[in-house]
Amino acid sequence: MTGVLLVILQIIVATAITPLLVGVMRQVRARMEGRVGPGPLQPYRDVRKLLAKEPLRAEGSSVLLVAAPLVLLVSSLLVVALVPLVTTATVIAVPNDLFVVVSLLLVGTVAVALLGLDAGTAFGGMGSSRHMMIAALVEPTVLMSVYALSIPIGTSTLSRIVVARGTDIGRVVTPGGLLAVVALVVVVLAETGRLPVDNPSTHLELTMIHESMLLESAGRDLAWLEVGSWLRLTALLGLVVNLALPWGLASDVRPLPVLLAVGALSVKLLVAGALVAAAEVFMAKVRLFKVPELLAGSFVLAFLAVTASYLAG
Amino acid sequence: MNPLRLLRLITRTGRFAEPTPPAPEPAPGVTLPRALRGSVQVRHVDCGSCNGCEIEIGAAFGGVYDAERYGARLVASPRHADVLAVTGVVTHNMVEPLLRTVEATPRPRVIVAIGDCASDCGMFAGAYGVAGAVSDIVDVDLTVPGCPPRPDDIIDALRRVSGR
Repeated sequence: MTGVLLVILQIIVATAITPLLVGVMRQVRARMEGRVGPGPLQPYRDVRKLLAKEPLRAEGSSVLLVAAPLVLLVSSLLVVALVPLVTTATVIAVPNDLFVVVSLLLVGTVAVALLGLDAGTAFGGMGSSRHMMIAALVEPTVLMSVYALSIPIGTSTLSRIVVARGTDIGRVVTPGGLLAVVALVVVVLAETGRLPVDNPSTHLELTMIHESMLLESAGRDLAWLEVGSWLRLTALLGLVVNLALPWGLASDVRPLPVLLAVGALSVKLLVAGALVAAAEVFMAKVRLFKVPELLAGSFVLAFLAVTASYLAG
Repeated sequence: MNPLRLLRLITRTGRFAEPTPPAPEPAPGVTLPRALRGSVQVRHVDCGSCNGCEIEIGAAFGGVYDAERYGARLVASPRHADVLAVTGVVTHNMVEPLLRTVEATPRPRVIVAIGDCASDCGMFAGAYGVAGAVSDIVDVDLTVPGCPPRPDDIIDALRRVSGR
């Protein structure tokens, strides 16, 4: 029962803070570019507006145009529920195992790729094929790097890994652990469509990856897609910060630790988001054919992390 | 560029956007949809412009005028758009694409005719390739005069829609 309450709280907190995270990232970027920026609350206004608009659907499009955004949203909400963000408590029926989380991410990825193909536009199909290529390179690295972190602890349950790292600082600062976190950062940026893999604010259809699959969605379909992909950013960024700084998570429903956990998550997420956005100012999007090299590099890091974890353990 | 040099440039330059001017008076006789308050996504449709208006739109969304501070953003698809910014006289070949773009934009939507050509054909009035001004083809909600219009005026039109 405690687990269920805490997981529900985690979903609510993460969903509420997600637009703020995106807004803060855009605002940091705007300020560093010398602009004023729309303010960190702009994503809330965008979503509210999209929900008030008519969801226009192209003639000849299938049920996918309606279903895919919902699949992405639900899969992202499940990922948010499973990844230890606010709490290390779990719902016993659903294991928050590494492999479950990666498969859920893949369900959302495939739904969006099918959505891109559905309307039959040139850019949609191009985006889908690029998206799948990146997914195929990213998923093994996510698995490998979290696997490296799971070796010293002996379980692939994410919340237990975070708890074990939190109780023993010696587990955080190991060669294997550091390599794994660096590899994870690179793949999280690729998976959530940030620079240098994809440009989240591009208007050029030819350079788009994520955006080009959404070109045919309008109104509430688009709102679900936006929120769904933002939630993935929250979940993955939250996983990385909680693996790197595994402190301040709540394990029971007493008010003080819960408040502390919500505060800790907000601070960690927003600071990490601001850092990512600031780093993006110094980066250009890499050429599409260079992306496999970047991701292969992070796979090598993850592989080294696994080897180091075995040798050290 | 060397990241350190870029960082020095960023700290030295600071904010170069113009100070925010006061919000424009609401246009008389025009009711704009309340659903678009606070957030306005703009799709630009060039129906036969000389690219003067495009340069000014580019400036309006650039760092100096920074239309994004009022919640306006350029988007890549009419399906994402709330405002269609139409520039240029409508040439015969662009009548159909313009109608289709309007049809592809979800309601509530606002159509803004930008520049003298879009408002009343400007200097191209009566030319053989011209089907008419934008208001001859679709219902126009706001017009921005000027040849080319000033970025401030374009932003004023967008601020009327976003109410910020």
